[in-house]
Amino acid sequence: MSRVDLLRISFRFRHVWFRNLITYRRIWRVNFLVPLLEPAFYIAAFGLGFSGLIEEVNYGGRDLAYTEFMAPALVATACMWNAFFETTYASFVRMYYQKTYDGLLATPLSLEEIILAEIVWAATKAAAAVTLMLVVLVPLGFADFPGAFFCIPLAFFGGLAFAAIGMCFTGIIPTIDMFNLPIFLFITPMFLFSGTFFPLSGIPDWARIITFFFPLYHLVELTRFFCIGTMESNLFVNLSYLLVFFIVFGYLALLAMKRRLTQ
Amino acid sequence: MQVIEARQLVKRFGKFTAVNGVSFQVERGEFFGLLGPNGAGKTSAIRMVYGFSPITSGDMAVFGLDIRTDWRRIRSRIGVCQQDNTLDPDLTVEQNLLLFARYFEINRDLARERAEQQLEFFALTNKRNARVMELSGGLARRLQLARALISEPDLLILDEPTTGLDPQSRYQVWDRLFELKKRGLTMLLTTHYMSEAESLCDRLLIMDHGDIVTEGRPRRLITEHTAESVIEIEGPSEELRSYIREHTIRHDDLGQRMIIYTEANGKMEAEIRSRFCMEACLFRPGNLEDVFLRLTGRGLRE
Ligand SMILES: Nc1ncnc2c1ncn2[C@@H]1O[C@H](COP(=O)(O)OP(=O)(O)O)[C@@H](O)[C@H]1O
Ligand SMILES: [Mg+2]
Repeated sequence: MSRVDLLRISFRFRHVWFRNLITYRRIWRVNFLVPLLEPAFYIAAFGLGFSGLIEEVNYGGRDLAYTEFMAPALVATACMWNAFFETTYASFVRMYYQKTYDGLLATPLSLEEIILAEIVWAATKAAAAVTLMLVVLVPLGFADFPGAFFCIPLAFFGGLAFAAIGMCFTGIIPTIDMFNLPIFLFITPMFLFSGTFFPLSGIPDWARIITFFFPLYHLVELTRFFCIGTMESNLFVNLSYLLVFFIVFGYLALLAMKRRLTQ
Repeated sequence: MQVIEARQLVKRFGKFTAVNGVSFQVERGEFFGLLGPNGAGKTSAIRMVYGFSPITSGDMAVFGLDIRTDWRRIRSRIGVCQQDNTLDPDLTVEQNLLLFARYFEINRDLARERAEQQLEFFALTNKRNARVMELSGGLARRLQLARALISEPDLLILDEPTTGLDPQSRYQVWDRLFELKKRGLTMLLTTHYMSEAESLCDRLLIMDHGDIVTEGRPRRLITEHTAESVIEIEGPSEELRSYIREHTIRHDDLGQRMIIYTEANGKMEAEIRSRFCMEACLFRPGNLEDVFLRLTGRGLRE
């Protein structure tokens, strides 16, 4: 009986999304601050600290100042962290400690709808964080106006992929502190090696091939394209990869959560 | 029509059988109680009624609908007060009610109206803006009940609604449940408080180890399994023991204490009273707790 039934998904899932929105609004001041300050810190650190070490970065046939190269990647990494944290730590707290899902399963909602709502919510939160970041990056000239605003729907789209894989871990992890493991083994390497802090043109082929499988790499390429109009890959390949990633891991997330929660 | 019709209900967790072929019916307007020691399988049985847990085997019809296929329609007509607190701790009392109404697709104006009624009914009106995190156990439980009623269900399921409450809160909950019963609401209740079951329930089912031990109206169970009148004697003498054996009187011998079940104002009662009640002797009417302990034993569970 713990089979996933996609026919159990209806538009009712929006009510669970709304529940998360209401809760988020209660603590919005804290949620608000991080995306505003984070890019400022990174740009200050790299701009001041690295300016003497790295002259310019050659990317997509253009010579960019290091901070110009790196700033759009921050948009992508913020999207990843926000979506992944939401469906790991935050969802785990709701599932395990607050028993929110148990309560919801006494209403006409299906488990499939609840999980989908969590993933969509996480993507929404990622998009909100990116919106706030752009408020800082656009006036400072690190992201083009108005092209950079395509990063908002993009963050939602990419957020779905990261939220889905986060939910997979929530479905299988025994205790909350074990999220350290996927973060250390998966998220952190991705954060460092997805063409975020250095262009891929300078690294060996085998490393480039591995990077291609990182969803963050594709999102970084896309945010760079929308922020500074340059990219080293193909827009449609990037978008397709993220879509497939979301579908595969979204389904696995439903499966894992269904296994875990069906009693 | 039966509100709940469970036939040969089985629930297994791996190899372990939590509910072992249980059948029961709950009629419209009835207050039905499910009793049993910890681990008897009450929660497991109840969770199959509202489609929280899939049924291993057997049939479950609620409002004449099959829970396997019509779970959404069934759930939209049921209110559940679960054993655990599943309220949203970050939100206020009122927000909890309004959000829950949303899950049932109740429009906003109607939801406000009903939330108001429920706040009033459970004496929560002046707590409407309190955060759930700050509520005492009794208030939280009342809110959980209010939330279960926000959809104006045709069936209310209550899994140990008074466990862990102080006597004041408990009586308040009972009082509210009485009121709901008067209004004709069908209810399914599990509890550890025998006085609660005795006074609230029209009919009960006692479970143990996943099986039905007995079923019936509380008064009938008392007369059937114990007696109208009970005598408890501390430190029973051998003389008393042989007297009881001789007359084949229904009793429980606990070593230090003897519990004797007799007819009220009968000959036997008078004789025991005059011959064996030198010092520590207690006369009282028989109650559901006697039935429960007789049938499920006095050993500790878990
Ligand atoms: N999800 C589960 N997985 C495995 N065993 C369970 C699960 N839920 C309950 N049980 C077991 O089933 C038995 C009945 O539990 P439960 O229905 O909660 O009893 P009650 O509500 O009467 O106290 C217990 O032995 C319990 O340990
Ligand atoms: Mg229980």
